[in-house]
Amino acid sequence: MNDIRYSAPHTIDEAVGALLAAKGTGRILAGGTDLLVQMKAGMALPGAIIDVKNIVEMSAIEDKGGGAFRVGAAVSGARIGEHAALKKAWPGVVEAINLIGSKQIQGRASPGGNLCNASPAADSVPALIAAGAIVAVHGPNGRREVAVEKIQIGPGKTSLQPGEIVVSFSLPARPAGSSDAYLRLIPRTEMDIAVVGCGVSLTMKDGVCTAARVGLGAVAPTVMLVEAAGAALVGSKLDAEALEKAAAACRAVCKPINDKRGTIVYRTKIAGVLLKRVAAIAAERAGGR
Amino acid sequence: MSKGKYKWIGTRPDRPDGADKVTGRARFGADFNMPGQLVGKVLRSPHAHAVIKSIDASAALALPGVKAVVSAVDFPDQPNLIVPTGEMQVNLRDITRNVMAREKALYEGHPVAAVAATTEAVAKAALDLIKVEYEVLPHVIDVADAMKEDAPILHDHLITEGVKPAPTKPSNIAKRIDNLKGDIEAGFKQAEIVVERHYTTQAVHQGYIEPHATLASAAEDGQIQLWSTTQGHFQVRGFCSRLLNIETSQIRVTPTEIGGGFGGKTVVYLEPIAVRLSQKSGKPVKMVMSRDEVFRASGPAPGGTVHVKIGAKRDGTIVAAECTIALQAGAFPGSPVGPACWTSFACYDIPNIKVVGYDVVSNRPKVAAYRAPGAPISAWGVESTVDILAQELRMDPIDLRLKNAAKKGTKTSYGPTFDTIGFVETLEAAKASEHYKSKPRAGMSRGVAAGFWFNVGADSSAAAHVAEDGTVTIISGNPDIGGSRASLALMAAEELGVDYSKVRPVIADTSSIGFNFVTGGSRVTFATGLAVVNSVRDMIRELKVRAAKTWGVDPDGVIWEDGCAKPAGSNVGEFEPLSLAQLAATAGRTGGPINGHAQLNAQGAGPGFGVHIVDLAVDRDTGIVTVDRYTAAQDVGTAIHPSYVEGQLQGGAVQGVGWALNEEYIYGSKGRLDNAGFLDYRMPVASDLPMIETILVEVPNPHHPYGVRGVGEVPIVPPLAAVGNAVARSTGIRLTDLPLSPPRLSAAIDAATPRMAAE
Repeated sequence: MNDIRYSAPHTIDEAVGALLAAKGTGRILAGGTDLLVQMKAGMALPGAIIDVKNIVEMSAIEDKGGGAFRVGAAVSGARIGEHAALKKAWPGVVEAINLIGSKQIQGRASPGGNLCNASPAADSVPALIAAGAIVAVHGPNGRREVAVEKIQIGPGKTSLQPGEIVVSFSLPARPAGSSDAYLRLIPRTEMDIAVVGCGVSLTMKDGVCTAARVGLGAVAPTVMLVEAAGAALVGSKLDAEALEKAAAACRAVCKPINDKRGTIVYRTKIAGVLLKRVAAIAAERAGGR
Repeated sequence: MSKGKYKWIGTRPDRPDGADKVTGRARFGADFNMPGQLVGKVLRSPHAHAVIKSIDASAALALPGVKAVVSAVDFPDQPNLIVPTGEMQVNLRDITRNVMAREKALYEGHPVAAVAATTEAVAKAALDLIKVEYEVLPHVIDVADAMKEDAPILHDHLITEGVKPAPTKPSNIAKRIDNLKGDIEAGFKQAEIVVERHYTTQAVHQGYIEPHATLASAAEDGQIQLWSTTQGHFQVRGFCSRLLNIETSQIRVTPTEIGGGFGGKTVVYLEPIAVRLSQKSGKPVKMVMSRDEVFRASGPAPGGTVHVKIGAKRDGTIVAAECTIALQAGAFPGSPVGPACWTSFACYDIPNIKVVGYDVVSNRPKVAAYRAPGAPISAWGVESTVDILAQELRMDPIDLRLKNAAKKGTKTSYGPTFDTIGFVETLEAAKASEHYKSKPRAGMSRGVAAGFWFNVGADSSAAAHVAEDGTVTIISGNPDIGGSRASLALMAAEELGVDYSKVRPVIADTSSIGFNFVTGGSRVTFATGLAVVNSVRDMIRELKVRAAKTWGVDPDGVIWEDGCAKPAGSNVGEFEPLSLAQLAATAGRTGGPINGHAQLNAQGAGPGFGVHIVDLAVDRDTGIVTVDRYTAAQDVGTAIHPSYVEGQLQGGAVQGVGWALNEEYIYGSKGRLDNAGFLDYRMPVASDLPMIETILVEVPNPHHPYGVRGVGEVPIVPPLAAVGNAVARSTGIRLTDLPLSPPRLSAAIDAATPRMAAE
């Protein structure tokens, strides 16, 4: 019964203009795998839809060398999965994005959409947080850069200001011996939403962990950077004691709910279980302990 | 396989409906449209239990584009009369109230009113404008809670049947069933070991991919046309006739292709509403449920409780068995507690049996049939208990079952004595399988369980027509939910001695073929197959008459062989065989078109037995179960089309594994369903399971010309306990509550090993 204004601008400034003009009723369309489902369910009734797939900067992957990449916010999961250099440098980020939905969904779904949908269970976000991704945000006042963990502020809520659009993710350069991994727990093997999701990015030198970041999803209103868990791993050989300390740090920050997808007790326990498993995979990829 | 004995039976040609289905040409329920059609939508109760004090639709009717609104006042009240539907029974008084709530809304999602409007958006807006005044009542969801003295009562008229003396107060217990065989107390006195456990299961949905959909067109002269995705278009016709007071022959129902039913499409939800909306608006009305509506308001299978006690001798001989089953009926009486009771110990030859069943109403959607209704629930309890017995006796679980297996001559607890059955053969085939003979892979544990289903016969009609060129049309009236067109065509080709490609099976609407009971009870290949065979025999009789006329001999002097009429012997005369094509070409001169007909009430459905073997691993940290290998063995009578028989075994096993591991209806504190979608109602996805291996054991049913037994339902009976038994053997913990979901399994493992939980 309500009219929807659809536009597909070719520049980011036009997109920002269209979003502002919609006066809070505008929604960004990249893959549409969340937006269209919400509209069909009557949960979203946008006055304007701004399709950003024509904006070159948002649809490109740029290899900046040394492991650094810029990934457009609207690039599909399938294209990310097919990018050999990105996959080699950031296997955890890529596997997290590739876990979203089915093969068909992968042809559409984007990391920008996954972040801005602001689900605490978003699969790509823990891995991007662990990776230390920086988000480029474009708005009426130009461009700003912000750490990925600062975007989500609650279920379905972001820190984006009126007219602001997430343009791209920058993954930093890092030394040899670095890698990352992501695991989620779901009751099935695919087509599901994380009960807990955990991303770890780390650097190993001579069997010792010299840097580590941990992102944890689905156990609190937002995906979290667990600094204490990263700190527990740094300086260790990822021995049982260090892993347990990091797992305990993960459990300590959990503020989950009892719901149809899991209990508080279960989610808290699994946060620790996953941390250990993910850290082991990341270390293995980084060249062993 | 039966190959060798037959030319066509036992072969695997493409199904007649296959190409249309894989190219998207097949038309399912929502694919039918008419010019000028309206969109019908249902207003559903947000409350689990509430008195409907008033309904004011004036604002909705005033909305431009709204053409009709209906509520209970538009449907005549019905008598307290029970009629069969599929393997279940329904009371007309109840079903009209389930189609449209009358005095009370009895579950969240219960239809309260419906609109027909020019567009979906207008119809949705109109629903928001209907004012319903509710008086919310306390509700009860759980079966055990509903049986308590102080439970909220759903129906003031409901006095428990089957209890003497009859109770004086209403309760939520609609019925009590008692089955007795032998002397249960004396039996347990002989026992040297007794195992007793209490089990629970949750409500599960049939999970058909295609939501309910219908298109109704009521003409000015009173004739009604309906297109519906259903397992029984004759039942749709019958229900619409009864519920709307329309003469049956005025209603013509055409079944669409069906995207899954599993028993859930043997009842009506939308059709009577669509017809009434069409009558009131004068336009065709199309209605399609959303997935959310399918979950909230169409029949799930019940959850329930099963208490099992089995007594045996040290050598494994079971001497006494007792179980008490209480099943959710949903908002109206009529759970499948009967079949749950009767199937409970049907696999075993036990001298002393006591089974008690309770049919319990609560504020949930009315349950509908789901593949072997009730049997998986009692089998979960019984087959788990048999496994515990095997563990305690240190016996092989197949050997224990062989020792007690039902055979020809075994008298069941519910009355009948088995004729030729294949349970022993199926157990032996499972035991001899490569799967069972090889050890589970490292980290895997093995579970075994058995299952039984009666299979049914009932009413079928069929016709066989010879076309002008000698090809054949086989006409029957059962929607094809499992490859039945292929099976019917194979039997017709075999009987007629012609190529499968010359036989085209079609499913006729209710006005184009005689009555057929629903596609359910694993009856179609058996009963409608029998009607098809008889119709072909009737046609052959006529073909022989025509050949006799051509040759100028007596019809008794003609035989039918390899698709041709031939003289019965040299004394008849020397004649070249006459093919179907030749007889068809001259039909106009020998008596006109050549057709055959048959109608019957099929008796002698052969019961089926299955034995399933599963190897799986339990991740002790997460409670996640990974199925590594799965084999389903079953006595299938004769596998007419082995691929579709295997498909039935595989599909049933997968649904049973889902029931065991993750599927459940989850309710919030207000009695509202919390997981009305495929994301959080977790059926298995393809990657969750290995290829299901199948072993087809063929012990022909002596009551069918080709030995057919129904095969579609048995395979959902064993998997729940097979999975549970493997989990118990893997973890050392016997879980008795389904589903064995990761949080539940993890909590049980942690409770049993406190050291791990503290880690």
